[in-house]
Amino acid sequence: MAKKEILPLKQETDIVLIRQRVRQSAEVAKLGLVSQTKIVTAASEIARNALIYGGGGECVIEDTARNGRSAVHLVITDQGKGIEDINKAMVDGYTSGNGLGLGLSGAKRLVDEFAIESAPGKGTRVELWKWR
Amino acid sequence: MVDKIPILKMGKYLLLSIQVDMHDQLALDLQEDLTNQIVKHRAKGVLIDISSLEIVDSFIGRMLSHIANVSRILDAKVIVVGMQPAVAITLVELGLSLDGIATALNVEKGMARLEQMVADDELLELARGEERDTSAKAGD
Repeated sequence: MAKKEILPLKQETDIVLIRQRVRQSAEVAKLGLVSQTKIVTAASEIARNALIYGGGGECVIEDTARNGRSAVHLVITDQGKGIEDINKAMVDGYTSGNGLGLGLSGAKRLVDEFAIESAPGKGTRVELWKWR
Repeated sequence: MVDKIPILKMGKYLLLSIQVDMHDQLALDLQEDLTNQIVKHRAKGVLIDISSLEIVDSFIGRMLSHIANVSRILDAKVIVVGMQPAVAITLVELGLSLDGIATALNVEKGMARLEQMVADDELLELARGEERDTSAKAGD
C-alpha cells in the first residue's frame, strides 16, 4: 500500500507535475473531492515557496495510512536560505517576497496536519498530511 | 505542455476559457496577452471561464485579481464564471476572497451579467455627457 515517489522541484513546470501526482495520490487514498482539492492546493503553495524562496528542492509523495485511515503524506524540502522567524512567516499576509503572504498559513488551514522545520542557512522542510 | 491560452473576440467582448493546469509563466503570459488584446480590440468586457480549473491557488487567484484591476483601468469589465464548488471552498479556506472580481455560475449567466454591466456603464456615460451639455449651455 505504501508507495513513495520523489519528484524534483527545479522549475515552474515541476509544480504542475507535483499537483498532478498529488491529485493521483489523493484519489488512491479515496479522499473526497473537496479534500483532494485542498491537499493539491496546499502542495502547490508549498512547492512554489520552496522553488521561489528556497531555490528549489524536491517533493516526496507517499500513499500511506494514518490511524487506520488512508492518507496522502507529502514532504517538500529545499536547501535555500531558510526562514528566520517561522512564527512570523506563518501569519496571514506576511511575505518576504512579493506574494500575498497566504502560502504557509493558507496551506496549514487546508491540511489535517502541518509541520515546518527551518533554520537560517539550513533550508526548509514542510510536511503535509491529509487523510480520509 | 500548452504554451498559450486562446482569447476569442466576440463583438465588444473577449472570451477565454482556461482548460489546462497552468504553470506560473503561462498565467503571467495570459495576463499580458489579455491586456494587449483589450487595448487592440477596444474590448468593453472580458469573460473568463474557469470551469475546467481543478485548483485555484494564491498565484492564480492573484492573476485573476490583476486581470480584473488592469481591465478596470482600461475601461473593460471582467467576469469570472464556472468555478467548481470544491475550488471555491478551498479558495476561501486558503484566505483568498477574490475581492473586486465579479463572478457568475456559468457562461450564460456570466455573459448576461457582463452585457448588463457594460450597458449600465454606457448609460452612465451618456447621462454624464448630457449633464455636461446642459451645464455648458447654462454657462453661455
